[in-house]
Amino acid sequence: MLLFVEQVLNGLQYGAMLFMLASGLTLIFGIMGVINLTHGAFYMVGAYCAAFAILETGSFLVGMAAAILGAGLYAVAVELAVIQWLYRRDHLYQVLATLGLILFTNEAVAMIFGRQPPFVDIPPALSGTLRVLPGLDYPVMRLAFIAVGAAVAVGLWFLVNRTRVGMLIRAGADDREMVDALGVDVKRLYTSLFGLGGALCGLAGVMAAPLLAIEVGMGERVLITTFVVIVIGGVGSIRGALVGALLVGMVDSLGRAYLPQIMQMMLPPSVADTLSAGLVSASIYVLMAIVLVFRPLGLVPARS
Amino acid sequence: MTLTITKRGLLAALAGTAALAALPALAQDAKPVTIGVITTLSTPAGYIGEDVRDAIQLAVDQEGGKLGGVPVTLRVEDDTLKPANGKQIADKMAADGVKVVTGIIFSNVLAAVQPSIIDAGGFYISSNAGPSPFAGEKCNPNYFVASYQNDAFHEAAGLGANELGYKKMAILAPNYQAGRDALEGFKRTYKGEIAGEIYTKLDQTDFSVELARIKSMGVDAIYQFHPGGAGINFAKQYANSGLKGTVPMILPSFSMDARMIDATGDAADGVYASALWTTETDNPTSKAFVEAFRKAYGRDPTTYAAQAYDTAHLIGTGLAATGGDMAKADDFRAALREGKFDSVRGKFKMGANQHPVQDYFLTKFEKNADGKIVQNVVNAVATDHVDHYAANCKMN
Repeated sequence: MLLFVEQVLNGLQYGAMLFMLASGLTLIFGIMGVINLTHGAFYMVGAYCAAFAILETGSFLVGMAAAILGAGLYAVAVELAVIQWLYRRDHLYQVLATLGLILFTNEAVAMIFGRQPPFVDIPPALSGTLRVLPGLDYPVMRLAFIAVGAAVAVGLWFLVNRTRVGMLIRAGADDREMVDALGVDVKRLYTSLFGLGGALCGLAGVMAAPLLAIEVGMGERVLITTFVVIVIGGVGSIRGALVGALLVGMVDSLGRAYLPQIMQMMLPPSVADTLSAGLVSASIYVLMAIVLVFRPLGLVPARS
Repeated sequence: MTLTITKRGLLAALAGTAALAALPALAQDAKPVTIGVITTLSTPAGYIGEDVRDAIQLAVDQEGGKLGGVPVTLRVEDDTLKPANGKQIADKMAADGVKVVTGIIFSNVLAAVQPSIIDAGGFYISSNAGPSPFAGEKCNPNYFVASYQNDAFHEAAGLGANELGYKKMAILAPNYQAGRDALEGFKRTYKGEIAGEIYTKLDQTDFSVELARIKSMGVDAIYQFHPGGAGINFAKQYANSGLKGTVPMILPSFSMDARMIDATGDAADGVYASALWTTETDNPTSKAFVEAFRKAYGRDPTTYAAQAYDTAHLIGTGLAATGGDMAKADDFRAALREGKFDSVRGKFKMGANQHPVQDYFLTKFEKNADGKIVQNVVNAVATDHVDHYAANCKMN
């Protein structure tokens, strides 16, 4: 039972990470209609900025600020330099351009920071484990990750539902042309949305930095899962991104935790091992397929 | 009179033929042998290729641009970790008449490149990857491995686990061919109970779920093979999960190299690894190599660099035997089979399947007097280890 609780926490933590990445991507995809493959690169840029700042100053908070600013500004730069020329173009142009940007960003980061992954230690305040339940110690860093994810969810809810910007975002998701026609500076809205998406990636990057290897290409590994999340949740919907991220996080974590045991109970070991390993790798895609069969627009579509 | 003239003429003729005979030798001296180095210089694994390239360059530089007394030029190309790219480069090299090729890091690239080189009558001398087919049924007189057979580190780790007295272990590797081979290799020599055999996803970055499972299994130790970034991730998360204090971890050498230690920090402290060489290996050749490498490049060499350095010297023995004339393929091959050079491993012996027969060590990552984490040699776990596939090789 304690193990189950621990695995649920692991799922929550993974979900929190996916939500930070997916919420920005879903806004960019849903509202601006841009397929942005560079989103994973923002996450990498954030992690590198954090590592650089932490190595220079030794402060995790400075690293956090550097990651959010660095990734946010890079996203704004990308939008101004490349993306804004492609809004009216076909998705294929956007895919090509943002794929090129991935290669560019990876090489640029390798040239600036080198190929040696920088080392970020867990900040003293977040190191060690905390007794969550009697008999269950859980790493503080991962609890902090969940907390930050929850804070982002609340913050975004407030931004979207209680502010003027949020109103425009919602309006944009519903009917882009109409918002434009009403005289809203859509161009500026788009640029700042891109920056917001980048900043959230940066936040995910700094939180992941002490737990993961910061290396060139780390963004691409999470990118596909992030797309799965927004497709499951419904493109353009932040609530959808939250639901999708938690669902994917749980299915992936609990699948990895329990599928092999379930398989072993039903099948001979040699078959069970191979089959469960394959099934675990595919679990989130199976989930996506099932969701799409019953809800082609995702679980919480933006435009109903 | 006539006699003297004839004598003079004879002498002249003799001198002339001697000069003629000497000409080709002079020409050979002038024309260096090209050594193809196909390796991975981009992608996150690019640092491995840099170490391979730099170590071979170091060996050449130390001899003043020669290997085995023969001038050489290195032709270094990046395979970008893609088998198709590697093959393309190899075909180009073969077409340009390059007869000696080395440097590939990854088995999948090697599998694509090796036939291109061999079919063109060239030699491939591996400085790293040693996939099982080429060690067994598909062994070839023109294919040498100066490093190790892929399974050997895992087999050595199993022996190390036996020696450390671990009775019950959990073993993990990514769900792909090399991962499965790794765990098979470990199980081949490990005598205790395997409580859990866990296959992770190939692109997985977070291992919290697996670590929680291991915690619940109550095992004595973990064996895990995750190369590159995944290895760094695993080690960091293993330390953070609180498992590190209670459940020791064993790795194959390439799951934690000098560069990965820098990115892993104290999490690497106390971890065991199977290895054939470390910077702390105690013999004069190794010490001189480590010092020269540090001086030339300002960083610690990895085991990949050490292997490449040995490979360069092995190639040197072949070049010395042929005087740089690669048409004498049989002499080149005979010299490589003999494998007589000063190895950083202390000794070197080529087996019947042209893979090394060598010692493997249990090593431990520990802080030295300066507080820097180094890989200390604990003891030899396998002496003159012959790889598992050698028996299947019928060398022509």
